[in-house]
Parts: sequence; structure tokens; C-alpha cells
Amino acid sequence: MSNETPPKSALREFLGNLVSAPGRIYRAAFRTGTPTTDRTRSNFIFQNVFLHLHAVRTHRWSLRWSTTMGLGIAALAAFLITLVTGILLMCYYKPSPEDAYNSIKDIHFIVPTGRFIRNIHRWAANIMVITVILHMARVFFTAAYRKPREFNWLIGMGLLVTTLGLSFTGYLLPWDQLAYWAITIGANIAQSPREVTDALNITASFDPGGMQRQLLLGSDVVGEEALIRFNLLHVMVLPLLLSALLAVHFWRIRKDGGLTRPEDADKLLGPPPADTYPVFTEAPQKTYHLAAIVRGRTPAVNQAPENTIPSMPHLFYAELGVFMLTVLVCVGLAMFLNAPLKELANPSVPENPAKAPWYFLGLQELVSFSAFMGGTGIPAIVLIGLGLIPFLDREQRGTGEWFGGPGGWPLVKQAIAVGSAATLLVETIAIRFGWLREWFPHIPQLVITFVNPGTIIASIYAVYSIWLVKRYNSARAGALGLFTCFLCGFLILTAIGTYFRGPNWDFYWSPAQWPKH
Amino acid sequence: MSETSNHAGSRLDPEPIPRRDFLGLSSLGAMCASLIFAGVGIFRLPKAAVLSSPSKKFKVALPESLPAGQGFTPPGRSVALFRDEEGVYAISLVCTHLGCIVKSAPEGFECPCHGSRFAADGAVAKGPAPRALPWLQVSGAGVEYLVDEDATVPPGTKVKA
Repeated sequence: MSNETPPKSALREFLGNLVSAPGRIYRAAFRTGTPTTDRTRSNFIFQNVFLHLHAVRTHRWSLRWSTTMGLGIAALAAFLITLVTGILLMCYYKPSPEDAYNSIKDIHFIVPTGRFIRNIHRWAANIMVITVILHMARVFFTAAYRKPREFNWLIGMGLLVTTLGLSFTGYLLPWDQLAYWAITIGANIAQSPREVTDALNITASFDPGGMQRQLLLGSDVVGEEALIRFNLLHVMVLPLLLSALLAVHFWRIRKDGGLTRPEDADKLLGPPPADTYPVFTEAPQKTYHLAAIVRGRTPAVNQAPENTIPSMPHLFYAELGVFMLTVLVCVGLAMFLNAPLKELANPSVPENPAKAPWYFLGLQELVSFSAFMGGTGIPAIVLIGLGLIPFLDREQRGTGEWFGGPGGWPLVKQAIAVGSAATLLVETIAIRFGWLREWFPHIPQLVITFVNPGTIIASIYAVYSIWLVKRYNSARAGALGLFTCFLCGFLILTAIGTYFRGPNWDFYWSPAQWPKH
Repeated sequence: MSETSNHAGSRLDPEPIPRRDFLGLSSLGAMCASLIFAGVGIFRLPKAAVLSSPSKKFKVALPESLPAGQGFTPPGRSVALFRDEEGVYAISLVCTHLGCIVKSAPEGFECPCHGSRFAADGAVAKGPAPRALPWLQVSGAGVEYLVDEDATVPPGTKVKA
């Protein structure tokens, strides 16, 4: 005889279970209930694989608008938008020289919402470049790269390079005039170490430039193989790389103790406003004392939690707000401004002027002095310099403050003046009087490679920042000057390339003066 | 002396490099070496052995009337052919800077991408181009000529018309 009492009616129970199934599925997925108490708010975060990269509580300093301006989240949002729109575009895009251009035309003119989605993709990509650069500037100027965040600064640089790589490989895909000549120029920049090996007469035995070009193009001409490779990079290799780097980047933020804040952040903030959700509404079931045992710098280690507030809802709503704002901006721009599509690629006639998208025009200005230094040398020096900053600046003063450190905002203002003046002066000389080749027609190429407007500008920046290190007796002061100078140089060279260069890369005050054909 | 050597291998008086450590380090080194080898090796596949480029040699018939100093560019080729009293010659139109196609200008050639200028014989006159535009090998006579874009000749080499 069984002890189990038989169900009154299995059929009735079955029906009852069926009716309550939706609710049970929901509760099986979201086990923590509505996040209304400290405990459920905490559970809401660490029971969710996507949210648990966040700390359960966030310091009030991190939520101030002026701490981050939401730039990192905006960059992430832009990436997610390009991811979704990019997958949609791949439904119709055909990566072959014969079909690529027409498939983009189909997307633009025939596919329902095709033009809209392509516009969003393009604007999100632009916004991603802008926000990544601004995010980097924010981290630099608040000295947030300092110990223990040095490695995350390096990861961030990897993300910057990957973002630019994604942009570059992206505008190659339509196979229009811009695409074709950008691939040509890009591949030849990869080949530009030949400028040095040729000058040294060793290209026949040692030719890294030629090998790089051939690896990129899969051929010695720009054609189908090149398009396939750039497509592979754009839709597969670089997005995966970016995602992997992003995971490390976010994980590190958490492991490095959240966002940087000044030592005296709690004093600066003062007590929380009266309407802030109270720190502890109930006796916590999970105490923060346990967190102190965990190795690392979680936000609560060695600190009272008084100035932290629950991440749900405060942090998440802020992040969602930035995310929605980014979507809004992308969609708004996409409604009114179309992504460009030039004429079909023509291998015998480049456009005149042949201009890259705006974010590469500073580089184009530099390669118009020397292919190797402008396209490879100076960018490499800049990247190495940026990467070394957190290891050279081991100071404490000014961490977490805008323009923190010796010199501060007055130094940055001076650096803006010096950096802009140096760039404008050297550019003016080069534009007005030409350069070494015009003055000494038989000068060896190696001299021009190493002494050209680009390297002179970079040297002035370097000398100025070394002077700053001496003057303020601080590596941070030098870094502040150097970074500010590079930002100014980037902006000015980009502006010159965008607005003041016309046919044959000649200088014109306005496009109205361009010669007519 | 013999006393101590008897104890070799004990924890108190270890060998200079314990055998296990040596084997462990060797295998670690072997692993690194093979990883590096494999890492370099995977580039063997994307480095194309057969290049899918079209033939660089082409035949061209020059027009009857081609004034000296004016170039003739066969369709689809980035080469300008010239004819003067001394003969026929070909100059590549691919900019030596970053590979844009230069176009003829009154004083020679100019590049639209980064502003390089070349003299009529291809020598660099201005801008970032590191080398002169190469002269290409031309053979044949009469009306039809064979041009080889892969073979360069010293500037000034002309084929008798």
C-alpha cells in the first residue's frame, strides 16, 4: 500500500499547472522578485549574468555627470547599434567587386528601411569613433589611468585601434571610389616601410612592407581578394576582437575598484541629499564585511558604504538613459543625413581630391609629407607614448580630478596655445613655402622621411612636454602637456584636411575656390 | 667532499637544477617554441602563393598622330606612352607615394591624393613621393608595342619608332 495520496484529479492539476505556467516560467528566469529592498536589489544584480559585471552598490561620485559624461557607455551603445544594424545589412551585402556596389545601391534604394538602417550604421560608427576618443580624453584628464588602472588604459588603447580598424574596413566595403582608393592608400601605407628599406637599398632582401601589403590584399593588386579580406576583418575578426577586449575592459573596471575618484571624494560630496534612497533600509542579509575578505579593491573594501547607493536603480537607469540618448542621436541623424555612396570604383581615375572620412584626414595630412612617418612612424610613436603614460606617471596628486595634478587647468590652457601655435606655424610654412624637396631637389629621401612637418610638430610637442616635466618637476605635468598638444594637433590637422585641402591636396581657403573642370 | 656529494638530491642540499625543474622548464620551452612556430605558420595560408593579378604585359597600338610630349594611355592600364624623335617610351602612372593614379599636367604629372608632382621625365618635383615614376620596358616597332609593367628601365631608354 502506498503512502502517497493519489491526486484528486490529475487532469485538474494538469490544467492548473498549465494556467500557472507563464508565471512560473517568469519566476524561474527572474528568481529575485521585484527589486524593492536592499536584498532584492542586490540579488537583482548578482543573479543576472549580464548585470553582475556591475557592483551591487555604486559610489555617488561615479554617478556624477562630470565624472564620466557617460562617454564609455555611449561608445558601447554605439557599438551595439552597429552590431545590430551591421547584421541586418549583411542580409543583402555581397562581398565581391562585381556585386558589392550594386548590393549597397539595392540596400539604399530598394530594400525596405535599407537606407535608414545603413544611415544608422554609419552614424553609430561615427559616434563610436567620437565617443571613444572623448572617453580616452576624459580618462586621461581625470588621471584615471593611474595605478591600479594602467592595464585597463592599455586595453582601452587596443579598443581605440580596433574601433579605427572597424571604421576603416567598413568604408571599404561599398566598393565605390572612396572605398577603392582608400584600400589602395591603406595597403600602400602598410607597404610604406619600403620608403626606408628602399632608401637603404635593402628591399630586395628585407621587405616587411611588401609582405604586409600582400597579406592585406591577398594579391599584388586591389581586387576581389582584397575585398574578401577586408570584409572578413570587418564582419568577423575585428568585432570578435573588440568584444573580447570589451569584456576585459569592463571586468577590469570592476576589479580595479570601480571608477576613479579623488581621495577626498566623500568630503567633497558631503552627506547624501535627504531624498536619496537610504543606505540600509533593513538589516542586510548579506553583509559587506564578507566583501572585505575578497582580494582586490571592490568599492566597499576598507570603506564605509555610506556614500554608495544601490546600482539598481541608480546606475542602471543612468546607463539606460545614456544608451537611449545614443540611439536617439543615431536615429535622428540617420533620418536626415544619408550615408554617402560615391561612383562605382574606377581603378584608373582617383577622385580629386581623394579624401578619407574625417577621422583619417589628420593622418592623410601627415602622409602627404611622408608615407612612412605619417602612416606608420608617427602613429606608432603616439601609441607607444600613450601606452607608456601610466607607467611614467606614478604620482598621486590630482587622481580623479579634471586636469588634476601639478599645473592643472592653467597648464592645459598653455598647452592648447603651444600645441595649436606649433601645428599652425609648421603647417603654414609647409603650405606657404613648400618643404625640403622644393628647396633642395636632390636631397636624399631618408632626410625627408625623418625631417618633415609631421615629425617637426611631434618633436616640438616632445620638447615642450620635457620642459614641462622640468618646470613642474612632475611627469604628470609633462603628460598633460603632451596629451593636450596631441589632441590639438589631431583637431587642427583634421580640420585642415577636411576644409582646406582641395584638388591635388592643394591648400584652398574654401571649396568655392577649387578650380572647375 | 664525498660526504656532501652523497647527499646530492636531498631537500637540504639540492642539485643545481633539480631534475624535475629541468624537465618542466624544457617542456615549457618546447611548448612556447611550438606555439610561436604555429603562430607564424598560420600566416602561410593567407600569404597567397599564386597572385590573382592580371598579366602585366600588354600590347598597344599607338595612334598615328601622337604629338611629342603628349601621353597615350591604353584603356584600363595605368601607363602613359610617349613618342618623340628619339623613339617610344612608357612611364608608369602609379604614384610612388601611395599608389594613386597620377594625371598629366602641363609640366609633367600630378597626383590627386597627396599632392605629389613629377616632371615630364617622371622625376619627383614636389610632395611626398619618395621615388621617380618608373620607366617601363617597351619592345617592338612600327605601330604595335609590347609594354611590360613589371620591368623597369633606366629613365631615358627609348625604343626607335
